[in-house]
Amino acid sequence: MAKGDRNGTIDRMTRRVIILGATSLIAQETARYFAAEHARLFLVGRNPAKLESVAADLKVRGAEAVQICVADLADASGHPAIVSQAAAEWGGLDAALIAHGTLPDQSICEQNASALKDAIETNFVSVASLLIDLANVFEKQRAGVLAVIGSVAGDRGRRSNYVYGSAKAAIDVFVAGLRLRLAPSGVRVVLIKPGWVDTPMTAHLKKNFLYAPADQVGSSIYRLMLAPRSVAYLPWYWRWIMLVIRRIPEPIFAKLNL
Amino acid sequence: MRRYESWGRYPKSKGAEIVPLYWISEVPRLSKFPSPVLAHGKGSSYGDVCLNDSGILLDTLGMNRFIRFNRETGTLLCESGVTLEAILNLVVPAGWFLPVTPGTQFVTVGGAIANDVHGKNHHRAGTFGCHVTSMGLLRSDGEAIVCSPGENAGLFRATIGGLGLTGLILWAEFRLKSVAGPWIDSEQIRFRRLEEFYELAADSDKNNEYTVAWIDCISGGEKLGRGIFFRGNHSPRAAEQRNGAARDSRKGEGFDAPEAMINRLSVRAFNSAYFHRQFHDFEKRTVDFVPFFYPLDRVAMWNRFYGKRGFLQYQFVVPQERRGMIAEILQLISRSRLVCSLAVLKVFGEAAAAGMLSFPRPGVTLALDFPMQGQATHDLCEQFDRVVRANDGSVYPAKDARMSAADFQAYFPNWREFKRFQDPQFSSNLWRRVTGTGQSIG
Repeated sequence: MAKGDRNGTIDRMTRRVIILGATSLIAQETARYFAAEHARLFLVGRNPAKLESVAADLKVRGAEAVQICVADLADASGHPAIVSQAAAEWGGLDAALIAHGTLPDQSICEQNASALKDAIETNFVSVASLLIDLANVFEKQRAGVLAVIGSVAGDRGRRSNYVYGSAKAAIDVFVAGLRLRLAPSGVRVVLIKPGWVDTPMTAHLKKNFLYAPADQVGSSIYRLMLAPRSVAYLPWYWRWIMLVIRRIPEPIFAKLNL
Repeated sequence: MRRYESWGRYPKSKGAEIVPLYWISEVPRLSKFPSPVLAHGKGSSYGDVCLNDSGILLDTLGMNRFIRFNRETGTLLCESGVTLEAILNLVVPAGWFLPVTPGTQFVTVGGAIANDVHGKNHHRAGTFGCHVTSMGLLRSDGEAIVCSPGENAGLFRATIGGLGLTGLILWAEFRLKSVAGPWIDSEQIRFRRLEEFYELAADSDKNNEYTVAWIDCISGGEKLGRGIFFRGNHSPRAAEQRNGAARDSRKGEGFDAPEAMINRLSVRAFNSAYFHRQFHDFEKRTVDFVPFFYPLDRVAMWNRFYGKRGFLQYQFVVPQERRGMIAEILQLISRSRLVCSLAVLKVFGEAAAAGMLSFPRPGVTLALDFPMQGQATHDLCEQFDRVVRANDGSVYPAKDARMSAADFQAYFPNWREFKRFQDPQFSSNLWRRVTGTGQSIG
């Protein structure tokens, strides 16, 4: 039964979805849309109490089944076991969403090599490692969608957050290559690049009109995972903002306090 | 971007620190904050009950998870930041409905409890608090208390209608009402005098779950007290494909209209058109519940039509035997030459109050909207106060931005008993005003 069609779109009847970083607000909002369509959800996260409350919410909202898996995704050695457990749970996977990440404190990373290493490990290395494990499963199935949350911060290095930005930029290149590898197997890879989103990760930052609510971003991610898209900025206006940002000549960019 | 203001946008809120809450398991110790705290959900209360200047507003919208929904018995357990809109989207397709709903679905469960909201079925179902079976309350000292009619009953009764002051409501469980589908069999009846309204209300309340009336509050003389009576019941018609659930139109920013937009001429034209919009005196149709209950929810950020100065709502209740004063109030409006942009009239039922400070009580309630026009508006409200006081009435704190401490304490004599249950760390602009513990606002 559980098969995507040739374009790698998800079969509505049988979605089995793994969500990594399932307690992130954006992941929760996305998962609610899958739950409403009675998907089966495999939730991975670090905090058992939070995972339980997310699982209960998704069950009430209509998920056919919810499994939780407590794990620290920063530790890549655990990834193969998590992915194979998820794949075994319902005999395959139709979609994966990688949503975990941190917003590292740039100034600490500039002073402390181990903070820098942690930031890159969590935001890039662990994502790459999961993508490889998931890709191997999906490639064999010859179906499915892999979705990764990148960031507009990966589009150009800025002095205020180049550590985070470089990890997200690395995801960009990694995903582009992986997409080419998986295309012949009918597996789609979607890179989502949100701009500023109102979430716990940005709770301490001053908000402006460009901030998007998490539920709006979640609904877009859900739709993008069902549609034949490969890269998407969320909300849409960031595509045009980043188009401009990327084209600003370096001497001028250096003078902007970004 | 969220605005932390009240629906009437008067008074302006100034300088509260926002602390967003996302997890019941990770609410910070509230006693560590140096200033008073207050939960703030959708900001749909009109006045200053949801404001806390120079204090902390705990944004509860992130605590918006369902916990348990029993589709057989119709009991729902959810976190306090869940909105009525989200509940309706979940439960209506399953054949359930809110036991009581206010005139907007953009309120949180926490807010519905804290203001013990009522709706068009008060004569049948009482207030929202009447249907709450238990609640989790976090006190500022870190203690999480479960309260229900059988357990910590005093705290339970204080928290229902407790204006958010007894602690942070973490979650609540309440009973839903069984329905066949999303449809309402509704009737609209034009009436020309207040007496006709009372006859219609007495007659309709017997056979209708929902009753309310709109009053043309700008026409005086002959036309004084004319309006349209709305009544309805859940239709036995089963759910068919609806045109999709309503979307939260309040996500938009809206814009401040020029203040002159709502004036005597425009309101008079609107009221006249509204009164005459139905061709017959009696009209009957089956409608989706959204336009029946939430006609204003479809207009994005309609509160901003009132411009930067915002607006006031004055809602009071008086006992049936004093209902003659309603005409007096309408005459005061007419004489003042101020614009009353909306007036809604309803007869409350006999249900015993669920909370210590619950507003609804047996009698007639009238809600009046006025664009804020400074002193003239305040003067008119003070005239209302005198009439309301003289007639054993009461004013609704959820709509209020101006009632005096003396009036509040007279309207809610239980407030001293309530104070025993208040959490010392919790306060609001309204509370400081009506207990005389803060500066008054101008």
